[in-house]
Amino acid sequence: MYDLVIVGGGPAALAAAVYAARQKISFLMVAENIGGQTAISADIENYLGFPATNGAELSGFFEKHIKKYGVDAKEGEKVVELQQKSRSFVVKTTAAAYETRTILVASGKKPRKLNVQGEDRLSGKGVTYCATCDAPVFSGKDVAVIGGGNSAMDAALLAEKYSSKVYIININPELRGDEIMLESIGKSSRIAVFNSAATTEILGEKALSGVKFRQGSGSEKTIGVQGVFVEIGYVPSIDFDKLTEKNRWNEIIIHEDKERFMTNLTSVQGIFAAGDVTDVPEKQALVAAGEGVKAVLSVFKYLGSAMQGY
Amino acid sequence: MQVYSTPTCPWCQKTKEFLKENSISFHEINVAADQKALQHMVDKSGQMGVPVIDVDGQIVVGFDKQMLKKLLKISG
Repeated sequence: MYDLVIVGGGPAALAAAVYAARQKISFLMVAENIGGQTAISADIENYLGFPATNGAELSGFFEKHIKKYGVDAKEGEKVVELQQKSRSFVVKTTAAAYETRTILVASGKKPRKLNVQGEDRLSGKGVTYCATCDAPVFSGKDVAVIGGGNSAMDAALLAEKYSSKVYIININPELRGDEIMLESIGKSSRIAVFNSAATTEILGEKALSGVKFRQGSGSEKTIGVQGVFVEIGYVPSIDFDKLTEKNRWNEIIIHEDKERFMTNLTSVQGIFAAGDVTDVPEKQALVAAGEGVKAVLSVFKYLGSAMQGY
Repeated sequence: MQVYSTPTCPWCQKTKEFLKENSISFHEINVAADQKALQHMVDKSGQMGVPVIDVDGQIVVGFDKQMLKKLLKISG
């Protein structure tokens, strides 16, 4: 039996893993991929110690750090269920089942889907949720970005480097985000913005051919594009966890116990949570790393007190 | 062995690092700069996302470490 299983591979999970390794407790981490959302971020300029880096580079450093300590990381295994036993838990994955005294859920967030007709069928066939990965695939083609925040604008500006024409389909009355990106989009002759526009369908048979949307109360419009980048935010990556209490956004509710100097507690004793999957208001890589450390320090206290018969 | 990739894709980077770490030689194809290669990739994998790894005709979509380990008989 393990003392701890860490679920996730982003900064919260990795920072916790470094502390757990140094504490020499018996643990492993299970992650679909090492790096999490950080790995697919484009430019990163606010992570302390790295004035100008990007997701691939920064997550590469994270991975080197855990490798230095020989962390047992089951990368590529997907957690399917958490089970509670009388004095332990079982973390079931696509490959195995791990029994453990405690769990730290740090599984982050995943892209929110549009839930319109054609989206699932054309996913990977023109619909993409990772503009950073796939924008260059659409060289010389026309694409649409769905969304109206920073990540949508970031995707549009990246797509502009490769695509002939970029349409932004934004459900809100105006784009919202960093002034510097708003200015660049305003100046661009190849980016067209449709505001107050709700996407209704993604069209295409074998390959994507267009997108349908309704602007205000007007009739539906169709534009011909070969790619659609969905950038409408993120939802907690938490399908496997039926045990802990969530808020209305399906984020794990965490609380602290000031008398016992413990934080990142969930509604289930022995399960801790950290980072973007929780109801912590700030969803930032650096915040997540700190949350991961707070959580694992609480795990140490919990294991210590549990061992003393509390 | 071929790796279809784009210059901006973090999972392509990770795939290449993984293969290098395990001393596996591969031919990298940048589909952003080669429309014909992009079409080959779409034909082989039935989709447009990168990376696509062709291991002697067996197609892996994305950085699927477990599948690559299996196909390349990498232990650990």
